[in-house]
Amino acid sequence: MLSPTIAQASSDFFRDRSDSNCIQDNGAFCAGWVIDNFDRYVDPLLQHVVLVVVSVGLGFLIAFAMALASHRRRWLVPSFLGATGVLYTIPSLAFFFLLLPITGRGTDTAIVALTAYTLQIIYRNIVAGLAGIPRDAKDAGRGMGMTEQQLLWRVELPLAVPEIIAGLRIATVSTVAIATLAVFAGGGGLGSEIVAGSNITFRTGVVTTSALLIGMAIAFDVLLLLVQRRLTRWRSVGEGRGARRADRLRTLSRHAHRMG
Amino acid sequence: MTVPLAFLDSFSGAFDFIFSQRESFGGGTQVGGLGQVWELTLEHLKVSGVALAVSLALALPLGVLLGHRRTGELFAVAAGNAGRAIPELALIALLVAFVGTGTINVAIALAVLGIPPILTNTFVGVHQVDPQAVGAARGMGMSELQIALRVELPLAVPTIMSGVRTSAINIIATATIAPLAGVLTLGDFILARNVYGDEGVLAGAILVALLALTVELTLAAVQWALTPRGLRLQRTEASA
Repeated sequence: MLSPTIAQASSDFFRDRSDSNCIQDNGAFCAGWVIDNFDRYVDPLLQHVVLVVVSVGLGFLIAFAMALASHRRRWLVPSFLGATGVLYTIPSLAFFFLLLPITGRGTDTAIVALTAYTLQIIYRNIVAGLAGIPRDAKDAGRGMGMTEQQLLWRVELPLAVPEIIAGLRIATVSTVAIATLAVFAGGGGLGSEIVAGSNITFRTGVVTTSALLIGMAIAFDVLLLLVQRRLTRWRSVGEGRGARRADRLRTLSRHAHRMG
Repeated sequence: MTVPLAFLDSFSGAFDFIFSQRESFGGGTQVGGLGQVWELTLEHLKVSGVALAVSLALALPLGVLLGHRRTGELFAVAAGNAGRAIPELALIALLVAFVGTGTINVAIALAVLGIPPILTNTFVGVHQVDPQAVGAARGMGMSELQIALRVELPLAVPTIMSGVRTSAINIIATATIAPLAGVLTLGDFILARNVYGDEGVLAGAILVALLALTVELTLAAVQWALTPRGLRLQRTEASA
């Protein structure tokens, strides 16, 4: 029931744009228009970045707390995975509108839903990272007289950094994509450049928005990769060939999608 | 005391919308009720089902082939990661702006979202099968095709099904915005507030969430049924 309104509105829409032929013909990509109108993308872009950073940041804090809580209480892991799995399964658009009667329209609602969505991926990776620590490393720590707390913060967590950041990368890249839907919850972001008015039929606009979204996902991914490199400089030292092969296999399975 | 619980009214209104018909927000037509809910649910499942079938038909054979040959790792992994970065809304918008609307177009666009998880997971699952099991099968005189279909594929079921479940959830979630491309799924209740009103919007959100959870549970059961019994046993022991 939406499409007739879209078609109707599209004729009015193009009158507001600069009057080059490319825009009149709804060309695939009118570079001139993008250059002239780039400032309209700045605010939605910044809103989008805020949505992603805040949601992934909050998601990380919550998932980290959950991982610490379940670290010495392994029996909590299945229930935590189950609970975050249910949140992960609920489609984000539905999630936004389920929250609406409780939190109202706006950025808060979008952030709550996006945060809930990141929990499963981040939590699973922290748990997997901590579970994958070689027994030798832990024994060495204990032999040095470390308490369980010291062992966790000085041995286990640093060694789990690659896995934890892998989780953050997946969560961040997915959140960039899903935050596009935040506009339906009144949360702004780049999605507003797609659904506002009749933008959905405006080719140059859709292409520009998509390009910005993909670019942002790549930028976040590279940034986190650099952080990981920085935090794990110990890796380049003293790792034999066998360790590298085992590592490669672990990396491979890290890319698999996990449900349930 | 009533203020914090005011949202409960909205939810009871939403359930009322699901179970009984009413006049549309703008007047004129009858909306809501189980009849329309059923109609939109079927459309939602139809477009999602076609999309998932197309994804499976393309990604599963390719994943088994690459995994069996142990080549194309970079491709299979990169595809999966790129898939996570596809913004659903932008995908639907590109479809509307460049290709056109309608069930077939939307199903194909949704299949694009469904392929990466299945491809990556099939590759990883097959690739990770114990080389000794493959060696044993070869020693028994199995052909490469038999090894792929009767040894590697069954042993990779848990990983493959994880990918299928991810795909199915992505597809169902994205089918929610299909009304933007002229396909009336359950998302129409959510997106066309001017027709269905606030209670209809909330009803749509509830229905979409229930649909996704139901499909996820069904596929979890399918996974359990498809997993070879030996592997199932091994898993229970490992988790105990």
